[in-house]
Parts: sequence; structure tokens; C-alpha cells
Amino acid sequence: MLKHIIALSALWLITNLAQAVVLRDDRQVEVNIAKPPQRIVSLLPSLTETVCALGQCQKLVGVDRYSNWPDSIDKLPRMGGGIDPNIESVVALKPDLVLMATSARGAERFQALGLNVMALEPRSHADVQRVMRIVALALDVPVQESDRVWHHIDAAVSAAAQSMPPQAKGQRVYFEVSRAPYGASESSFIGETLQRLGARNVLPASLGPFPKINPEFVVRAQPDIIMVGDSNFADMTTRPGWQNMLAMRAQRVCTFKPAESDVLVRAGPRMAEAARLMAKCLTDKAPDNTRKQP
Amino acid sequence: MTHQSAGWSPVGVAFTLLVASVLGIALGSAVGSTGVESWLNAWQDAVAWQIVWDIRLPRTLGACAAGALLGLAGALAQGLFRNPLADPYLLGSASGASLGGAVALALFGGNPFATEFLVRLGLTGAAFVGAVLAVLLTLVLARGVQHTLRLLLAGVIVGVVLGALASLITLMRPDVLQGMQGFLLGSTSFIGWNACVLMLGVLLVCVVLAFALSHVLDALTLGEATALSLGVPLAPVRVALVCVLALATGTAVAQTGLVAFVGLAAPHLVRSLVKAKHNWVVLLSALMGGVLLLAADLLARMLLSPQEMPVGVLTAVLGGGYLLWLMYRSQTTRAAR
Repeated sequence: MLKHIIALSALWLITNLAQAVVLRDDRQVEVNIAKPPQRIVSLLPSLTETVCALGQCQKLVGVDRYSNWPDSIDKLPRMGGGIDPNIESVVALKPDLVLMATSARGAERFQALGLNVMALEPRSHADVQRVMRIVALALDVPVQESDRVWHHIDAAVSAAAQSMPPQAKGQRVYFEVSRAPYGASESSFIGETLQRLGARNVLPASLGPFPKINPEFVVRAQPDIIMVGDSNFADMTTRPGWQNMLAMRAQRVCTFKPAESDVLVRAGPRMAEAARLMAKCLTDKAPDNTRKQP
Repeated sequence: MTHQSAGWSPVGVAFTLLVASVLGIALGSAVGSTGVESWLNAWQDAVAWQIVWDIRLPRTLGACAAGALLGLAGALAQGLFRNPLADPYLLGSASGASLGGAVALALFGGNPFATEFLVRLGLTGAAFVGAVLAVLLTLVLARGVQHTLRLLLAGVIVGVVLGALASLITLMRPDVLQGMQGFLLGSTSFIGWNACVLMLGVLLVCVVLAFALSHVLDALTLGEATALSLGVPLAPVRVALVCVLALATGTAVAQTGLVAFVGLAAPHLVRSLVKAKHNWVVLLSALMGGVLLLAADLLARMLLSPQEMPVGVLTAVLGGGYLLWLMYRSQTTRAAR
């Protein structure tokens, strides 16, 4: 009996030692994961989506208030948001891994309370793949599986690009992120997707990923197509000089519903869906199609 | 504006406030998003114990300490500038702290070396350094503390300029925006035991210094010329008091972000209750500030439970409402006379 116990515990020790991983997160902090986490709290929507894309949704026990995909997380308790995480609720869930953004607050507090924190902030296409790999390693999902998921997404983006007719390519796009106005430039996550769809961006990469721009700049740049969330669109028509822009007069403006905007702005596994949304917009509003519908 | 009632004895008020603090702290250990169960199970369940002992107690006690620091700083500022509108953030410390925070947030995730250094210093460290540097800048611009008006103006200017710089950084790096928003709203939920002990230590030092120097504030109420003619060493004591003010405010702001109105309202409340010399006003303002922020923190946790709201929002609404009521009441009583 005793032998059995010793043998079993030795086996347990070996398997656990084999599984122990040390990962460097986006804060450059080394996160030690002794055994695959079974109770995960995610405080960033794109990380929640990444965990679920890797098929590990059932291990989530709590998410932030902005996470809303997939539907299976609807019933999970909400832990506040990135800037105001509810420390007490998170600790009460006894998670063995907390995933959060580097820009979020409370990481030190969670660590002081003995929780394992991993801060990741996907900002680009390459980041989506990288973060997916790190999360896969942390959750003991084979890297091949994470690469398979990634290739699937990547192929879907390419497919979206190929589905577009030739006249839809090469259009100059202005993508507005928020009404300050902040736009998405070539170097942003959204800009990268646009680029792969063969569109051109009126905001060059040199302005930084999400520059705050002067409305005049857009009037002068005369984009062929404007993409914007529908809550921001009303404000757009009242901006001085904007009614006379070609894109506005020809109604080459795509407005996205809040749920669609979530898909578009999150650097996560739904980027293929985002690419399809943008491809549809570029196709629908392409010069040949708009001529038919005044 | 609040001299019409002066019936209560300072000792009685101090005792009442102390009892209120103790009750508030006890209540604070029982209130939170997981409810009273954590408190009831604390002896059996390790996580419940952690929630009560490592989360609720330090943040409750920390709210009390931060409120006390702000109340003390408010009483000092109002005495020092002989102005009932003066608040702890007057010398630019709030904007300095925001700028420090914005710089820290903007550098996170940028240069890896900067990140490593900043992670160690943390948002709180950067905010504290920012607050203290802002007050120093104000002192340099005002060329010392001799001229109250110059000091006030310099404080306002430093506040506006540093605030603008912080906004500029958040504009250039919109990913910082969220973090800054959280900082500007003020929150007590990130206070742990270390922060709590730090604030209590600073509070002790500040209270002792302020209490010892408060006779100068009494002399100042008669006017600067009279105070000087009374033989009060005005210049050095003022420098010391400004330092206490900066230390108290910087410590509180760094740990909790910008909590509005506590520093302004606490001394007014005290003066509406008792008529006493500045040593009592300073002491009671600290106690009152502690009770105010404690009460606001409890409400912030209870109102939307199991969620919670940032305590700064609540203090602004409640404190502002109370001050308005106080103003209205003193006007009507004066009209009735």
C-alpha cells in the first residue's frame, strides 16, 4: 500500500514537474505555472476570446464586464472592468490564473494576494498569434493546436481578401475609432487588416496606431470610404465641411453596430470576422456598386 | 460662513468621530461584493479570511487614513491661505500626480528597461514623485512662501500647465486614457497592507507636525502683519507647513487617485460644529476626513453591490451636495436674523 502511494506520488510529481512552465508576459515578468490552470479569470475581452478559441472556455470562472463573446460566457460572474477590477470578487473565485491587460490596474494587488497574474496586450496581427501561443502554453494546450487555430484564422482573412472584386481593391479608407476623433492608422491592428484586404489607409503609420486627428485632415485627404461605429456617425454629419466630402455625399459610409464594432476593434481570434465585415463594406461601397443605388 | 453655531466641545466631537471611525472600520470588514458570508466564514475558510483580512480591512483602514490625510491637508491649506476655498490640491499636487501617473502609464510597455524600472516604482510611486515635484515647482515659481497671493497663483498655474501636459500625453497615447480615467476617478480598492501602513505612518508624522505648528495658523487669522508683529517666525514655519501639506496630499493621492471634496469639506464641517483654535481644527479635520472617506467607501461598495463604484465619484456628489446645503443654510439663517 505504502509502495503504491510512494509510486503514485512520484508519478504525480514527475508529471507535474514536466508540466511546469515559466512564461514571460508582456510586462517582462516571469510567470511560473506549476500545473495547468483549471480556474481562470480573464479581465480583457480579447483574452477571454483567445481562451475560448483554444477550446478552453469551460475553464473560465469569471470575466470582465466588457467580455461578451462567445455566448457561453454569458452566465459567468462579472469582475468589474480593466480600470476598476473588483479585487474581492476575483479572490473569492479562487482562480489559479488571472489574465489581464498590461494597461489594466490591480496586477500588483492580485500578486500580493497570492494570485498568479499574466498580463498580455495583443495590439497587432502578429501579437494575436504570439498571445495565443503564450496562452496555449499556459493552459497546457499543444502549441500545434494553437498554431492550427491561428492558421485557420489567417486563412479566413486571406479568403475574405480574395472574395473581393477587383474594383473594391485600392480604395482609400478612413476608419474612425472614437469621436474625439481618433482614427485607426496603417500601423494599427485595424490598419493591418485593411492592408491585407488591399485597401489604402488615409492615416499613415507615422502618426502612431490610433492618432487623434484634426477633422480637417480627413476632409483634405478625401477618403473613398469611411468606416465608423453607428453611435459616432450622427456626430460626423455635423462636422464643418464634412457634408461636402465625396464619401459622405455618395453615402460611401459604413456604420457598424456596437456588436460589430467590438469585433473590429479587438485584437483577438475574431479578426477573420472583422476582415469579412470590412471586406463586405469595401465591396458594397465600391464605385461600381454605388452607381446603381443613388 | 459657518460661525453661527459653536456649541460642541472639541473633545466630545473628537470622541464621536473616533467611535464613528471604529464602527465604520468594523462595518467595512463586513461589506463587499461577496457579502457578509465572508465575514461569517472567516474562521473556517482561508479565502474568506483573506477577503476580510487582506482586502477589506486594509482598504477600509486605508480609506480612513487617506481621508484623514486629505482632511488634515485641507485644514492646513485653508489656515495657511486664510481662504475657505483652499483645498489640498491647491499647490498643484493633483496635476503633478496625474502627470506622474500618465508618464508612468505611457512608458509601460514601451522601452523594456523603462518598463522594468517603472514596474518597481509603480503607478503610486510615480504619482507621489509627480505630486511632490509639482509643489516644489510651485515654490520655485513663487520664489518661496513669503507671498500668499504669489504662492496661490503659482499653484494655480502649475496645476493648469501640468494638467495640460498630462492631457497631452493621454492624447498622444490613447491606450493610456483608460488607466488615467481610473486614476482621476479615485479608488480605494487597490490599497493593501503596505500602502495602509505607509499612509498611517505619514499621517502620524503630519498630525504631530501640524499640531505643533498650528499656533502660527491662529496668529495668521489676525493677518500677516499682526502675526509678524507678534514675533511669529512666519517664513520658516510656513515652509514647514507647506511641506506637511505636500507630503500629506502626495501620499493620499498616490494611493487613492484624485478623491474630490474630502479635503475641502472636512474643515468646513469641523468649523460648523466647534469653535476652537487651529490645533483642534487640524486634529478634528483629520478625523472628520477619515470618517467622510470611510463612509463614502462603504457606500461605494454597498450601493451597486456586488459591483462597486469609484469612491471619488461618490465623494464629489455627496461632498458637493453637502457644501451647497451648508451654504444655503448659512444664507437663510443670516437672512432670518
